[in-house]
This record gives sequence, structure tokens and C-alpha cells, in this order.
Amino acid sequence: MMTHLLEPDVVMNDSGQTVLEVRDLDVDIRTPKGTVRVVRGVGFTARRGQTLALLGESGCGKSMTAKAIAGLLDPVASVAGGHAFLDGKDLNTMSARERREVAGPGLGIVFQDALTALNPVYTIGTQLGEAFRIHRGASRKQAKAEAIDLMRRVGIPEPETRVNSYPHQFSGGMRQRILIAMAVALSPRLLIADEPTTALDVTVQAQIMQLLRKLRSEEDMAVVLITHDLSVVAEEADDVCVMYAGNVVEQGSVRTVFAEPTHPYTKGLLESVPGDSVRGQGLSSIPGSPPELNKIPAGCVYQDRCPLVAQICRDERPQLRPTGPRQRAACHFAERVGQETVSQTGVVSVEEENQ
Amino acid sequence: MNTQETGAEPGNVLEVKDLTKTFHVSAGAAGTRELRALDGINLTVRKGETLGLVGESGCGKSTLARTLMMLEQPDAGTVRFEGQDPFGLRGRELLKWRRRVQMVFQDPFASLNARMSAGQIISEPFATHKDLYKGAAAKARRLNELLELVGMRSSDAAKSPQEFSGGQRQRIGIARALALDPDLIILDEPVSALDLSVQAQVLNLLNDLQRELGVSYIFISHDLSVVRHVTDRVAVMYLGRIIETGTTRDVFDHPLHPYTASLMSASPKLDPAKRPAQRIVLQGELPSPLDPPSGCRFRTRCWKAQAICRTERPAAQTREEAGLVSLGMPDAGPPQFPHQTECHFPIASAAEAGLVPAGN
Repeated sequence: MMTHLLEPDVVMNDSGQTVLEVRDLDVDIRTPKGTVRVVRGVGFTARRGQTLALLGESGCGKSMTAKAIAGLLDPVASVAGGHAFLDGKDLNTMSARERREVAGPGLGIVFQDALTALNPVYTIGTQLGEAFRIHRGASRKQAKAEAIDLMRRVGIPEPETRVNSYPHQFSGGMRQRILIAMAVALSPRLLIADEPTTALDVTVQAQIMQLLRKLRSEEDMAVVLITHDLSVVAEEADDVCVMYAGNVVEQGSVRTVFAEPTHPYTKGLLESVPGDSVRGQGLSSIPGSPPELNKIPAGCVYQDRCPLVAQICRDERPQLRPTGPRQRAACHFAERVGQETVSQTGVVSVEEENQ
Repeated sequence: MNTQETGAEPGNVLEVKDLTKTFHVSAGAAGTRELRALDGINLTVRKGETLGLVGESGCGKSTLARTLMMLEQPDAGTVRFEGQDPFGLRGRELLKWRRRVQMVFQDPFASLNARMSAGQIISEPFATHKDLYKGAAAKARRLNELLELVGMRSSDAAKSPQEFSGGQRQRIGIARALALDPDLIILDEPVSALDLSVQAQVLNLLNDLQRELGVSYIFISHDLSVVRHVTDRVAVMYLGRIIETGTTRDVFDHPLHPYTASLMSASPKLDPAKRPAQRIVLQGELPSPLDPPSGCRFRTRCWKAQAICRTERPAAQTREEAGLVSLGMPDAGPPQFPHQTECHFPIASAAEAGLVPAGN
């Protein structure tokens, strides 16, 4: 329902087509201490040929959201409500068999840890060819040929010989390429990449991002990029959803959200990036740490760390509302966030000089 | 300061010369092969400064840190700690030396013993170094002082590590490293396991502690924006050698070595205005250290490589020796901290380094 606030702009500004629409998604985890809601009312749209970033710190629910969409939730977690439409078909109301038919070829996912995501006792060729055997009814020989073709596309040297190698015989960057190859094997409409470069070095990270961009335009896929790295979002994504404690606190186009954040958390994150700040100068940081998911306060989820907190924040949870063209934030004082930037940094620098 | 022994430049806490470390790796029936993890490392750390150590995984950063901690025995080369060679020390002298170099580890979730309280972890070094704080009262006083230094409450001492968040845990790790009042702390990726908002808190803490205590840091990290923010000087490592050193500003803004340039150019930028128009993305991967390329080790991935790079290992030369414009002040003589690189064809301009923003 909330996503519809964005729709008019979308129609006007974007030629891209909606591939994935998530609406009011709730995910619960059953724990010995009771059920905890880890994703609350999350909604966003991913469009063809574009990248949407889910940005947030560990435990904010970004990976849970992705797993819920992909149908890969842990048995203790379950979708408690909401919809995820892939090309208009609701993944959350499908039977398991239907989901396999729709999401199997239509949705690819790349996991963070490439070594644990691959099976150590099968060759790369077998694992890459599996999708063709299952969904396309390919023979072993055909599947192997497809696997070699995929390896070539993701830039693995000597695919004809390396197709018979095992995962441990590849470097971290190459394993990540193999995972990406596996995810795009059936030319999916949607690719979910869960922290695809977090464990990699700068040079390899740049290579992997280059590959993802290339595949995105070749396949005209929608990409959902899950990351905690603001610089990666700034460079790779068109739209961003900033998540905090299971909620989307701000969303919109990366350009506007990063240039003029309207949620204090987004602003705090942006200011914590070391950037080009001078050596010895204090970094602005967000005090405290995120709330535990079973102790999320009533009212605004960010109230304990927010510089703008007032009584209304403790009483009433702010809903996402438009704060600019193609930008929405869940803050009672969204209009003050921009202005506050100036005075706050002023205070910080004075303190620094006195020390 | 102990300067009876010769060779120590005043102000230098640590001087490392031609440090080499070889591991013997099993190669099946063929016996063992040599893996040269450190191949002639030279570096100095001055009092109260932060030296950044940058490089891809497998380049030898951690071996260097472990050797400086005396956890590895080097094959050749010298380590001088305020003029003293720690590898020549024994017994009580060695114990005394050990308290002057401490380390903070990367993963605060794995490096703290879950069966000990925060207070026990921080004050455990006193059990080894018995002569430092005598009596329970003195130890308790020091513990409180340490907790306060890292911004924790004295009541936190009784809690166990799992009751703390990642940032708080890293504070415990820092307090433990500070317990013996060291002169040098080796920080091995101290914030890479932390969330962004917490990372800034810990970096600020490290900065404040340095200002207050005058301790020197060696800061190992692969996050270039963090390194830029916290270090005075940087050393860039590639396959066991330091291929470029200089002040942080010189190395980041005017890299000389093509490898450094590619690191700077490829790292993602938050500010669209700083994004390079022509980005250098290195292809291929780090060659195996078991079989490093001849001549210049970077030549297999270098776009400037020529015949000489294959046959001759480049010697270290400063920016001035390479015939490039000096970055020092015209009247102040050569810059205080030389900007050196090991390359036959150093980068001459920002455009060549792939660092000219798209906006220009």
C-alpha cells in the first residue's frame, strides 16, 4: 500500500519495468524467548536493468528480506505477512512446486561466502550444470557444455579444463565468479546479490562489480544488491532502501538520498564514512548501537540514537512518507534533518578545537 | 629511552631492515618448496605516529605483524626496537620487551575468551608481568583506569564478552593491549568486523588514545578510506615487498607505483564528484607467492610493463630521483618523509593514475 505513493513518479521518470515488487513484508523468527519480528512492513520495487540496494548494518534485516523473497528462510523463520510479486506473481502465496517453476529460473541469488555456498565434493561443472539438468532437462553432456559457456561469460580462464576442478582449487574471487555464473545460469529476471564483495580485496571487488554490471545490462535483469558499504551503493545502485532494526527508514533514488538524506540515521551513516577527512580530525559517529530485535522500543526504532528525538518519537512510530521527489523517510522530523546537518557539524568542530 | 646501542635514530620506535621470512611448504613427493612471505622489508615507525600497512590478502601483511610481535623468527634482516634487537633478548629482558609491543586483533568475536570476564581479560597481562602492578588494589586501580580510557564503565568489568556488542568488545581488546602501557600497538584490521556507525566510534577512540598516550600504531587494513583517515604514513605491500611508502597524503593523492594507483583508482567512492573518469581495474589475481614473477613482481598485472621489468628488479627510488616534480616545499629542502617506490616507470600524473574525477 505504501509503495503506491511512489508509483506516479515511477511511471513518469522511469522507462524501466517492475520486475519485483515487495509489499508490507513481515518476517518472524521463533526463539526460545518468543517470536521476534525481524522484518517489519518492508516494501520496495526493483526494475529491469536497474540496481536496488538494501543498505544497513548487521542485524537490520536486509539479508532476511532477501531470503524471504527467495524462499530460503531458515526453518525457525517464516514470512508472517505481505507480498513479493515477481513479474506480477505473488511468491508468498505459491505452493512449493509453483515457486520452483517460477522462481527457479526467474530468480538468481549470489551469497556472500563463496566457499561455504559451494559444495566441496562436486566439481564446478556439475554444480553449474545442475540448473540446466533440472530446469531444461539437459543431458550431462549438454549441461557441461553450458557450464563451460557460463564460465567463459564470467571470465574464468581456461574453462574447458577448469570445469572439472573442485571449489577449493579456485581463489576467492574466482569462486565468487562461479557463484554469479550459477545465479545467472537460467537468465533470471531478478538477481539478488547478498554482500557479493564483502570478503574480497579492493582489486577483486572492482572486478566482480564490473562483472555484475556487465551481466545486468546483457540480461536486462533487475538486481537487488545487499550491502553495508555506502560507497558501493553510491557507485552501483540506482535506488536505495536504508534499513534499520527490521524497518525501512528511508528509500528513494541513491542520488537524492545520499545528497539530501531526510532520515537522521541515513545522515549519521553518511557522516561516519571517513572519506577525505583530515588525519586526526574526529569522525562524526552515531552514539550507541542498534537495539536488540526483541527489545525494539515502541515508537520510532531509531529514538535511542537520534539527535532529534522528542516525545512524539517515543509515543508514535513514524510511517514512511514522501520527503522529496522520489524519496521517502520514516521520521517525524524529516524536514529538519537537512537543516540540522549544518549546526551539528559546527558543534563537533568546536569541540575538536578545544581538546 | 634506551639508546646505549647504536644505530637508532632518535624519535624512531621501530626500525626494520631487509627483513626476510621464508616458510617451507610441503610439495608432496618433491619435498618442500620455499614460500618467501617477506622479501626484504624496510620500514620505520616514529614515536606517536601511525603507519598504515596496505595490500591484498596474501601479500605478507600478517606475517610482518607476527614477526614484529616475535611470533615468527625471521631468516635474515634486523628489527631494532629503540635500538635494541628483540630477537637477541632472553629471559627477563625479553619479558620486559614484550610489554612494549602489543596487538589488537581483527575479530572481536573470536579473540576474547568467552569464559573470562572483561576485567579478567584486560588484567590478564598483569599475571605474566608480575612486577608491574603489585597487589590487588594497584591492579584494580589500573583496571578501572583502562576501562575509563576506552570509554567503558567500571561495572562492565564483571560482564562476560558475549554481553557486549562488537564495538564494546573491540574496546575490551584495545584496553587489554594498553594494559602494559606499550610503545607500539599493531592493529590488525581493528574495525573491519564492525558496523559503520560503530567503526567511527572505535577510530575516534584510537585517535584520542594516541593523542593522550603518545603510543605508535601500525595499522593494517584493506579499507583505504579508513587508512587515509587514521594514518600519517603508508606502506603498500605486494608479494612480500613494500613497493611504495610515503606520507599518507602523498601516496593517496600522488601514487608513484602503478599498483598503488590501481588500488586508489578502483576503490569505490562515496562522493560522485571524486569518482575517476578513467578507472584502472586490474585484471587477474595476485600471483602465487610460491612462484613470484622474475624482475618486478607486479609486472604480470602491470599495464606499463616493458622488457626491463622482466629481467631487473627495480630499486627503491624517491620521487625526486625518478625525475618527477617534488611535492616538498621549494625552500625547505627535501621533504622530511621521502616518498619512495620500487618501479622502473613510476606514475607521473594523476591522469595516469586514473584519479582524475569525472567532473573535471
